[in-house]
Amino acid sequence: MIDALTLVVGVTALALAAWCGFAAYRDQPTKDWHFIGMAVVSLLAVVQLVIGIVQLARGQSPDKGTAIFVSYLLGAAACVPATGFLSLSERTRWGSATVAAGAVVLAVLEVRLFDIWGGGSA
Amino acid sequence: MPETTTDTTTDGTAGADPAKRSLGTGPGRLLVTLYGVFTVAAASRSLYQLIAQFDRAPLAYSLSALSAVVYGFITFSLVRGGEGARRAALGCCALELLGVLGIGTWTLVDPAAFPDATVWSDYGMGYLFIPVILPVTGLIWLRRSRRA
Repeated sequence: MIDALTLVVGVTALALAAWCGFAAYRDQPTKDWHFIGMAVVSLLAVVQLVIGIVQLARGQSPDKGTAIFVSYLLGAAACVPATGFLSLSERTRWGSATVAAGAVVLAVLEVRLFDIWGGGSA
Repeated sequence: MPETTTDTTTDGTAGADPAKRSLGTGPGRLLVTLYGVFTVAAASRSLYQLIAQFDRAPLAYSLSALSAVVYGFITFSLVRGGEGARRAALGCCALELLGVLGIGTWTLVDPAAFPDATVWSDYGMGYLFIPVILPVTGLIWLRRSRRA
């Protein structure tokens, strides 16, 4: 369950990164549609955080330790909203580039989360 | 919203003191974000390692903590802006570059001293080499901001 969600969050994060990266390439700031995209990815990350905590509460434990797992989940949930707010006050292409960078970071965090949980086995 | 596309270019920040604000705007905003991410990443990683497993590789974890402090200071300086902060950040970026190159070389020459990785091991390979790209970009940006 959580493995599938990790994959979905990772893929949508990469899509968001490509989309905002394209906006930056075309010298455009983030627009309403970008913010809707960010909201979707952020929502998925928050769902992942909740499910992760539920899994822990049910007694499952991640391979690499609970503390690391929870801090990565929190980081993943905070990533895109934080860069989204930064792009609100930076209405240039660099705002879009910032969101793209945040989304790439989220994708990297998802790869690490997969390892930390113990990908597939647990 | 096409009307907002061109009204704020990098030098068009409509503040009372444009020089003071320019460090963290435009391309600087991306730099602030990346430095912020690395501050959080390095700080949380080294805090956890220092608390939970200090005995395993004290040198590596202490160096990670040092890099977190450097990242935090640069992030703070970029956000604060102004000439003093620019000079301080310039110094720290130089220190950061020396750190990445020095520790990167050290980990390759004497791997035995590092039972576990630092943020700057192998020139930051575990972090997609961003630790070695970031200070170079930072130095270029900070030099350019002086003339702007």
